[in-house]
Amino acid sequence: MGYPHPSHPGETVVLSKYFGDAAARSFEGWVKRGGYEALKRALAMTPDAIVEEVKNSGLRGRGGAGFPTGLKWSFMPKGDGKPHYLVCNADESEPGTFKDREIMRWTPHGLLEGCAIAAYAIGAERCYIYIRGEFTEPLRVMTGAVEEAYAAGALGPNVFGSGRRIDVVIHRGAGAYICGEETAMMNSIEGKRGNPRIKPPFPAQAGLFGVPTTINNVETLSAVPHIINRGAAWYKGLCLGNPKSTGTKLISVCGHVQRPGNYEVTMGTPMKGLIFEMCGGMRPGRTLKAVIPGGSSVPIMNAEEVDRCLLDYEGVIACGSMLGSAGMIVMDDSTDLVYQIMRLTKFYAHESCAQCTQCREGTAWTSRILERILAGQGKPEDMQLLLDLADNMTGKTICVLSDSCAAPVVSGIQKFRGEFEAYLQGRRSPAMAGV
Amino acid sequence: MSASAHHGHAAGAPAAPYEPVFTGARKTRLEALFEKYPTRQACLLPALWMVQEARGWIPEQGIAEVADVLGLTPAYVKGVVTFYTMYHTHPVGRHFIQVCTTSPCNICGAEDVVKALLRETGCRELGATSADGRFTVAEVECLGACGFATPILIDDDFIENVTPERVPGLLQGYK
Repeated sequence: MGYPHPSHPGETVVLSKYFGDAAARSFEGWVKRGGYEALKRALAMTPDAIVEEVKNSGLRGRGGAGFPTGLKWSFMPKGDGKPHYLVCNADESEPGTFKDREIMRWTPHGLLEGCAIAAYAIGAERCYIYIRGEFTEPLRVMTGAVEEAYAAGALGPNVFGSGRRIDVVIHRGAGAYICGEETAMMNSIEGKRGNPRIKPPFPAQAGLFGVPTTINNVETLSAVPHIINRGAAWYKGLCLGNPKSTGTKLISVCGHVQRPGNYEVTMGTPMKGLIFEMCGGMRPGRTLKAVIPGGSSVPIMNAEEVDRCLLDYEGVIACGSMLGSAGMIVMDDSTDLVYQIMRLTKFYAHESCAQCTQCREGTAWTSRILERILAGQGKPEDMQLLLDLADNMTGKTICVLSDSCAAPVVSGIQKFRGEFEAYLQGRRSPAMAGV
Repeated sequence: MSASAHHGHAAGAPAAPYEPVFTGARKTRLEALFEKYPTRQACLLPALWMVQEARGWIPEQGIAEVADVLGLTPAYVKGVVTFYTMYHTHPVGRHFIQVCTTSPCNICGAEDVVKALLRETGCRELGATSADGRFTVAEVECLGACGFATPILIDDDFIENVTPERVPGLLQGYK
């Protein structure tokens, strides 16, 4: 549902059905709503059968990359005699994204059930849930849910009498956006600085503590119990025409809309309908200027692209951006895009782990050049300089933080060139003091 | 902030002896963690949280103690402490306020919330502590509640939809 607003008829409510329902948070409340049936069912299946079911559902990673979940699970070795780990990525920090937070706040047991099923499917006895340090309430709710699940035998040495051990450990982050990157997250759990690792080896070969590991996002894991309960065919059927993108997606909408919130829609839903109908459109007298659809790390879309965009992995690519984590930042005509792009690049400069030169230097210089432009001190060659920097920051580093900083800059210059020129040519008064 | 290392060593005032953090119930909690990770090193982030919970920040001696109980070197522990923004390497006010100013909140007026927080707490600037020691205000990147702009954290209390008008009332509960 469009939490915190009532559900809109255009939504397909699966994961968000109990958002706002405090009684669904407890173990007992979750069981009353059909909870933990999927885990019991899964424990009666073979791990291979679960992986196959998830593969057939078409579920793809909801953290941003969109990698097929069942396929990821199938990369885990079998009979290797090593411990395996599942890591649940609950480090939601991508600007614009606030869906995992609501999943953890309202349906903690749905997530635990998904973690337990996935752990069993990949041969892991332990799952670490990495929750960002600032998420104090989700941390409290999840910690309580884990205790309840142990007390009820849904976690522990003998899950529901199956003879299987599944442990869940909550690991609190301490303030670092980069720890949402899966290899940085593994380092952080190991008690290290959150520097991303070079791949290969991939986590399924040598991940957390050097053994096979799968990392899945909160929303991805929360979808799994529904797939086990209702079947891959049902999930696959939740799709408006593009069979490569199936299921429902929680879209976090923020910025200049009348009703910001989390909206759960079937893949393929038109973006225009989401913004102008479900979210109530712009504030009175305002028009849509731009949307960053997938969290701040994806290219900016202009109004024409928004108008024809279908919300699924391929649909957003076709309109010049990416679905990413589906954290949608909506900006109306009151927005100074140059300023907001500068603000985003400052975010990346602040969050760069600084191990790659292109990122450490590139993010900092990009934001300084943009500040200079905003102060009315830009040079004629600055736009080209920004594009050259962006080129050096794309595809050349260990992780994609650097690419993410370049994305709004390049798309901003391509699609909103006039706004940059207005500052450079002195047609717009400086938005910042001299730097 | 290297200056913080010398906090509490003002001229003429002998430094108070360091009281270890990991004794009694806290030691038991730490040892329970050892079961949950295959290495002692992996208990570093939780151990640092426990130091901050006990002392309000992470002093040099706390770093040394954590290094000792986990079998690491102080330099290594310090390297980790300084990577993460939520560990305080110097003392902060009794109540620590974090306000989000990243783009989604920025376009919804976060900068005015910052101004109101500075004005009402008496903190001279971001990162500074008020003269009465009651508050420290820090600007932080995305708090992950963008649909509820502007979110702030006061200690562990997460507060959504903060406007400049709400700030004086919100602060009243924190003495």
